[in-house]
Amino acid sequence: MTALVERVRDVRRVPTRFLPVIVTFALFVLMFAGGGLRYDSFASGQVLLNLLIDNAFLVVLAVGMTFVILTGGIDLSVGSVVALSTMVAAALLRAGWPPVVVMLAVLAGGALFGLAMGAVIHYLEIQPFIVTLAGMFLARGLCYVIDLQSISIEDPLFRTIAQTAVPLGEELFLSPAALVALAVVAVAVYVLHMTRFGRTVYAVGGNQQSAMLMGLRVAQARVGVYVISGACSALAGLLFTFYMLSGYSLHAVGMELDAIAAVVIGGTLLTGGSGFVLGSVLGVLVLGTIQTILSFEGTLSSWWSRIVIGLLLLVFVVMQRVLARRGAAR
Amino acid sequence: MRELLRKPIWPLAALLLLNLAVTPSFFAVHVQDGRLYGSLVDILHNGAPLAITALGMTLVIATRGIDLSVGAVVSIAGAVTCTWIASSPDPASPGAAIAGIGLALGLAVALGAWNGFLVARLGIQPIIATLVLMTAGRGLAQLITDGQIVTVNNATYSGISGSALLTVPVTVLVAAAVYALVALVTRRTALGTLVEAVGINPEASRLAGVRSRTIVWTVYVFAALCAAVAGLMISANVHAADANNAGLWLELDAILAVVIGGTSLAGGRYSIAGTLLGALTIQTLTTTIYSVGIPPEVSLVFKAVVVILVFLAQAPKVRALLARGRRPAGPQPPPPAAPVPGGPVTDVPVEKTGSSR
Repeated sequence: MTALVERVRDVRRVPTRFLPVIVTFALFVLMFAGGGLRYDSFASGQVLLNLLIDNAFLVVLAVGMTFVILTGGIDLSVGSVVALSTMVAAALLRAGWPPVVVMLAVLAGGALFGLAMGAVIHYLEIQPFIVTLAGMFLARGLCYVIDLQSISIEDPLFRTIAQTAVPLGEELFLSPAALVALAVVAVAVYVLHMTRFGRTVYAVGGNQQSAMLMGLRVAQARVGVYVISGACSALAGLLFTFYMLSGYSLHAVGMELDAIAAVVIGGTLLTGGSGFVLGSVLGVLVLGTIQTILSFEGTLSSWWSRIVIGLLLLVFVVMQRVLARRGAAR
Repeated sequence: MRELLRKPIWPLAALLLLNLAVTPSFFAVHVQDGRLYGSLVDILHNGAPLAITALGMTLVIATRGIDLSVGAVVSIAGAVTCTWIASSPDPASPGAAIAGIGLALGLAVALGAWNGFLVARLGIQPIIATLVLMTAGRGLAQLITDGQIVTVNNATYSGISGSALLTVPVTVLVAAAVYALVALVTRRTALGTLVEAVGINPEASRLAGVRSRTIVWTVYVFAALCAAVAGLMISANVHAADANNAGLWLELDAILAVVIGGTSLAGGRYSIAGTLLGALTIQTLTTTIYSVGIPPEVSLVFKAVVVILVFLAQAPKVRALLARGRRPAGPQPPPPAAPVPGGPVTDVPVEKTGSSR
């Protein structure tokens, strides 16, 4: 009993801002352990790694979205930009461009798309919700302009990347896409916590007025996060292309919702200023675990995943609210 | 009407003129089988669900909220009604249709109250509180229909969308009635001012004795009800409930309609006439895409471009830039008159909206 009290005190000593991430982590461990108890062969290292492999693009998207949401903005265009990236990549490859140039072009295109939206949001003072909504329509529409049909990818480099398995130890492996996602997470953590830009992002999300009065580069941060989100979406699009080996206008419909859900479940406040990239990664893993459990169960229909994600969102939102109130009361 | 004239009517006018240029008979309306037909009637008929949804959204946005769940409510309403009718002992009877409709509307009230509970009682940000239902709602609708498209053959139910009263389609009449009712209730009573007060400063209005919580609850319930009515129209129109696609992205169109109409997402002042204008603009845009013969693959790009143009033209910052560029050549605006001591105070013109210039 005293040990329990001690532990409760320990938890209370953890700064409130870390609590949501810790809860997400605990939830992830619980769900995974639950799956392991219920199904044979669930609790294996490879199932864990498969979470990363199957959701590598979502991890990258969630990282970009975290930047945007930390400044108090939102980016509804990410799913459409993923689809547009798969389309552009497939179309350029079909036109005979070298694969490396295609990848660079797609990344640059995504960053430019984000730059345009960020500039409109910051300099013309139009709400992010509306601007990125228009971006969502535009990107999805451009997909249809490129081609109405799905374009399959025959390029040897793309196929090699898609089929390569990077061995880890005896029987485990990761895909190159998952490694890219991990690298993106590492870079994002570095940028957010070790650079001036990262601190400015948090400051702008906390209070834009104060950040401006402090002489911080508010414009750079506010436009920059959309560039990052655009580039991340394009990169996620490339990873998705490796995963599907095709470009199609109807890829990634509604993926922006998954990305936002992952960020929120990861403990980032939609008002901005508080949250962690690692939380978003955990959010993606939780979403992935739900899918995995559903596929192991087999009999449950796909719509249960939507309902469960909705319930999880609810739990986390209410929890954040309670934490915020407790923080304010102190 | 005067309010309507001050709103950005030029996108709608431009679209209509474009249609007229392409199809000279665009404005022609004729009566056939006791119902009006013609492109303009089609715009009103097909735009009714969006117009009604956007009306509910307007009040929510006026309280500084947003309701992302209306698309999900649309699909739930259709799913519940069609499943009820299909599983009743006599699927063609009017009773089954009425009971199903009642059930859907009742459920919508409950869903709206749920959103209101999260926002008003727990104090959760509206965008995220309604995101919960947006995510889960479509799953619930699929759960109700078991993932199938439920088809019904019920004359009473299809009548919601197919029939006409005094040659006017019922959908248009219902939309007009809802708009008239809301305009009456919010503009002729204090309710409209209270809604704006809550949107401008919830805390101050609470301290001033406004029951902000009750008002916030009410607008979310009303928004869900509006969405359910729209959902019934959409589902009755195709005699079926498609849980996956009914009302897909309708929340985004509704928000667009509200913002095109000049209501700020920051809450406060709202415009019912503006929302109607916005909804008609979006529906006309869709109709234009078909009638002008824009290839369907470009339609989304066209829509995005129009939306961007409308918002750029409305942005105060852009207007300021344009005005500054034009000032040396154009006539200077008269300097604000200095207040005359003892002069008639009532004649001082009050700048009502920043965007009315």
